[in-house]
Parts: sequence; structure tokens; C-alpha cells
Amino acid sequence: MKAKIYIRYKEGILDPQGKTVGRALNSIGIDGIEDLRIGKYIEILFGDISKEKAESVTDESCRKLLANPNTETYHFEVEE
Amino acid sequence: MTKFAILVFPGSNCDHDAYKVIDNIEGANPKFVWHKENNLSEYDVIVIPGGFSYGDYLRAGAIAKFSPIMNAVISESKKGKVIIGICNGFQILIESRLLPGALINNNGVKFKSKEISLSTKNYNTAFTNQIPKDKKLFMPIAHRKGNYRASDDLIKELKDNNQIAFTYSKEGGGNPNGSCLDIAGVFNKQKNILGMMPHPERAAELILGSNDGSLIFESIIKDTV
Repeated sequence: MKAKIYIRYKEGILDPQGKTVGRALNSIGIDGIEDLRIGKYIEILFGDISKEKAESVTDESCRKLLANPNTETYHFEVEE
Repeated sequence: MTKFAILVFPGSNCDHDAYKVIDNIEGANPKFVWHKENNLSEYDVIVIPGGFSYGDYLRAGAIAKFSPIMNAVISESKKGKVIIGICNGFQILIESRLLPGALINNNGVKFKSKEISLSTKNYNTAFTNQIPKDKKLFMPIAHRKGNYRASDDLIKELKDNNQIAFTYSKEGGGNPNGSCLDIAGVFNKQKNILGMMPHPERAAELILGSNDGSLIFESIIKDTV
């Protein structure tokens, strides 16, 4: 069982890293990029537990530590 | 004697600077407290120093907030104890929700290490009462994630409650990191907690170029005596 977690800055939160990387792509001649935002991707591996349990553990992990609710949103998928 | 607890996390690196500065001030008695401890009741002041606690992994301060000592910090904060978080200490206080807002990457995503100057926005607090009116405080910054962010509602709240402690001023080159309203430090609503990105402990002796930082520690001692 594996959880794939995606953490992103909320809309409207400035992402200086994303802006800088976007500009870097422009500067090496890659056109057409209007905006670029960088997030985090986290995988959690589970042993022998139910999908429901894996989902609740993942959600709790995101709420308590992995994402900062002030600035970030998260979503995840649990795969068997 | 004002007893200062200087918290030490894995990766703290301004703890000794803070110790030396506080030790040099008349009436102050600093002690290091390891983050695995869980009681701070014997101290008058808690200092959360700068550094890179837990390597800044995940987000700066995000993992330090789960150290046992932070439970003690939270319970002492509710009793009104004076708490100052500097740089990474500010980030830890934000992650622990003891201070409002968020700190994200500097504009330009660079680590900035330079001297800046500060305007004081509220002189009637435990941290600022010895600062002469309109004096600009010169001290260094050294951070990558010092860009203070607050929602419109929070900004209104910070202004209404005089919670903005310091702003970057033009004398030292102005806003170095893109913080909203040039904010360099904020108080909690009760004003017993201060978080700031600049380093007063690195500007407390003239031989280092400025001793303006010592005014903050002297204010704390004046308040707690």
C-alpha cells in the first residue's frame, strides 16, 4: 500500500522559487511559460493495513506535519 | 537575576552567540536547555535561537515544533512568560502557531546575509522599552526563508493590535526579502512573544559594528526585574 501526496502552495501565495525557475526556463530559450509553481511530492509506504486506515493515517500526517495549512494545500492518492 | 533559557535543537547555531551576549548583561543569567527537556518553569525568559533545526527539512521549524521542549514553551507562553525567537527561532514559533502568519522563501530565493536597519513600531513592550524613540537599529540578517506573509485579515489584526514589532527601514537598504509591509518581526496579541528574522545577538558589541541588538535584551531584563 502506497500513499502519493502532493503539497502545493495555496493560490495567491507567492512562490519565489517557482518564479525564479520559470524565468530560468525563459532565459534558456524555452518560450510560452506564463507561470510556474513548485510543490512537494511525498510517498509513504504502508505494511499490511486497510486502505481506509492508510487514508486516515495519510490525512493525519498531512494535517499535523507535512503541509502547513497557512500556506499550503494537499491532496493524496492511496494505491494498493 | 533574570534567568534566561536558551533552547538548543539539533542544528541550532546561534545559541552560543545568544549565551555570550546575555551573559555580558548585568542582572542576566543564561543557561542552555536541550530540546529533549520538558520543563521551563524555573526560567523568566525563553530564547529560541537561530540556526537550522533539523536541517530545515520539510519546512524551516516544522519538525522542531514537535520536540518535547515545545510543549513547555507553549504552556509557559500561556502564563505570559517572555519568549523571543530569532531567525530559525521565529520560524519555529510560526510553525508552532505561537505567532501568526507564515515565512516563505525570500524574493529571489537567495540566502541573504547582510546588515539591515530596523524601525521600531511599538515601544511599549517587554522587548522594546529601552529603544530610544526613532532610533534605527542596525544588525545583520542571515536567512533564506524570511519573507513574512499574512492574509489581509491578519494584516488588519496585526495593525489594530500593534503587533508589528519591527520593519526594515531604508537606512540599511530597505526590505531585503520581500516581506509584506516590510515586516521584520511580530508580537503575539498579548505581546509576551516576539519573533524576528534579524539577529540582535550578532550586533551587541561595538567591535562587531553595532551594539543596537543589546537594546532588545536590556529591554527584556528591565521588564522582568
